[in-house]
Amino acid sequence: MTRFSEKEQRVAAFALLGFGAAAAIPLVDDGYYLSLSVNIAMYAVLCTAWTLFSGPTHYISLATAAFFGIGTYTVGLGIDSLPFPLLLAIAGIAAAILAGLVGVATLRLSGVYFVIFTLGLAELVRQVVTWLQTNFTTSVGLYVFTDMTEKHIFWMLLALAAIVYATGWLINRSRLGFAMRIIGNDETVARHVGIDVARSKVILFMVSGAFIGITGAILAPRFAYVEPPSAFNPVISFQVVIMALLGGTGRLWAPLLGVIPFTILFDRISSSFPNHTSLLIGVAFMAIVYFLPRGVIGLIEDFRKPRAGKAGTVAPVPEAAE
Amino acid sequence: MDILITGTVLGGTYALIALGLTLQYGVARIMNLANGENLVLACFCAFWLYTAASINPVIGIAIIAPAAFLLNWLIYVYAMKPLVDRAKNRGQLEVDSILATFGLMFIMQGVMLLVFGGSYFSYNFLSEPVRILGANYGLNRIVALGAAVVIAAGLYLFLYRTRYGTAIRAVSVSPSSASLVAINVPRASAFAFALGGALTAAGGALLSTFYTFNSSMGVIFTMKALIIVIMGGVGDVRGAVLAALLLGLAETAVASLIDPGLTLAATYTLFIIVLLIRPQGIFGRQTA
Repeated sequence: MTRFSEKEQRVAAFALLGFGAAAAIPLVDDGYYLSLSVNIAMYAVLCTAWTLFSGPTHYISLATAAFFGIGTYTVGLGIDSLPFPLLLAIAGIAAAILAGLVGVATLRLSGVYFVIFTLGLAELVRQVVTWLQTNFTTSVGLYVFTDMTEKHIFWMLLALAAIVYATGWLINRSRLGFAMRIIGNDETVARHVGIDVARSKVILFMVSGAFIGITGAILAPRFAYVEPPSAFNPVISFQVVIMALLGGTGRLWAPLLGVIPFTILFDRISSSFPNHTSLLIGVAFMAIVYFLPRGVIGLIEDFRKPRAGKAGTVAPVPEAAE
Repeated sequence: MDILITGTVLGGTYALIALGLTLQYGVARIMNLANGENLVLACFCAFWLYTAASINPVIGIAIIAPAAFLLNWLIYVYAMKPLVDRAKNRGQLEVDSILATFGLMFIMQGVMLLVFGGSYFSYNFLSEPVRILGANYGLNRIVALGAAVVIAAGLYLFLYRTRYGTAIRAVSVSPSSASLVAINVPRASAFAFALGGALTAAGGALLSTFYTFNSSMGVIFTMKALIIVIMGGVGDVRGAVLAALLLGLAETAVASLIDPGLTLAATYTLFIIVLLIRPQGIFGRQTA
């Protein structure tokens, strides 16, 4: 952990350049392209946070909308009484607690139980929130008025993205990341070498959930009016899965390759054919499963491997390529 | 009493849907998340047959179920079989089939939204009251429950009393051992998948006689069916029926005693209890 290898220094330089360029976007345009960039940044954070957990474990989480909505709601409830940064922290903690509860109940069992449980989680939380609001408060919706504009939201998302990438990189180097790679390859082996499999999964799921909750909190000022059906919109969960799988889940930055094209495509389709979005999501799922099972990153690795072989060097082993 | 009867009727319909799914997942090893869309499609077919051709929905099952059987057979052979052949282990097949059926779910939902729009549909069929033990119930609900019982009993007899039914149960226990005793596993899997689709469609046709449906409600039914399948134990017919009745009763009780908006919370509470206490299902045996 003391010194960075040459490759790591290069990656860090590229990352700094990329973030610098991205941070300059609001200075150039503050209309359509900024709004598109906010979407891309939001999905980049969501998909990367999703991949932190689902990449190594191969558990498909559909709980994104639930964590996202909790974050949005935290801001909606507290915006008049508490400072915004504190709300972000609370949102992260609340989402992590929910993730922990879900994890403890389902992550000891096989992946199918987890998928089913998370599938309904957003709907469940929505029902409970609606019930609480109609019975104990006066109105169903909440207003979020701040003086924050799109560009502030965008910068906050970029900062969060940087934190997510740094966290992912640190986890990869830590004992937890090493344990996760073993679990992903073979759970039985992992258990035999003394890894507490369930605990590692729950911790990772909580980290991932916390980031998704904070993203929801950051985006709350953009919605201005928060109500259960819009905050817990289940489509977000599916979009995140598609984008992350389209990019590939084997590497930390791979989901980005899926986020950028899909966000642009989805934006175009939903503005010109608003009734075709679910058809688009369906076709995208099918196409990924049948033609791109390893995502765009898989294509790139296939393309690079033969050339590396020809040059007489050893091809880099793609870690967790499945 | 009111809760008991309404809950049983709801549970009876859930049972058919869950039986369909337990066949598809337990035997064909495909976690079919598009099952709810299959159900909604059957609702629309029954609606269309009744309003356009004035065919009684209960008789309409005779048309809808074979059609669903054919459709699901085609889905299995052309969409799921390549995944089964490609998968190196069961875990990978699970992930792939979940993703592929998600795609199927959205495609079916998208097509239905285009054809029928997003509004709610219902029609009047046998909506006259019958008196049972001093309270009034819709005749359509009672007829639906009766039909569900007949279909479930037929399935039970087929699986436990016939030769091919035994073969299908053998595949559900272990596909590799089943092929050792000369069972054509790919064919039995395709058959079970198609039969599951037909059962779900029959459930949908019955549901449409007393339930208001729309294009995008499928996923809720898929989820409830999945929870029932897990509660009952994967591939277990008796467990699925019992779990479906339990769920129907629990939901009706919560909806009428606490709040109709909390039915899903009731479902989840049951689900969590089962996961924590008996993750192998009500009748399931602990596997090492």
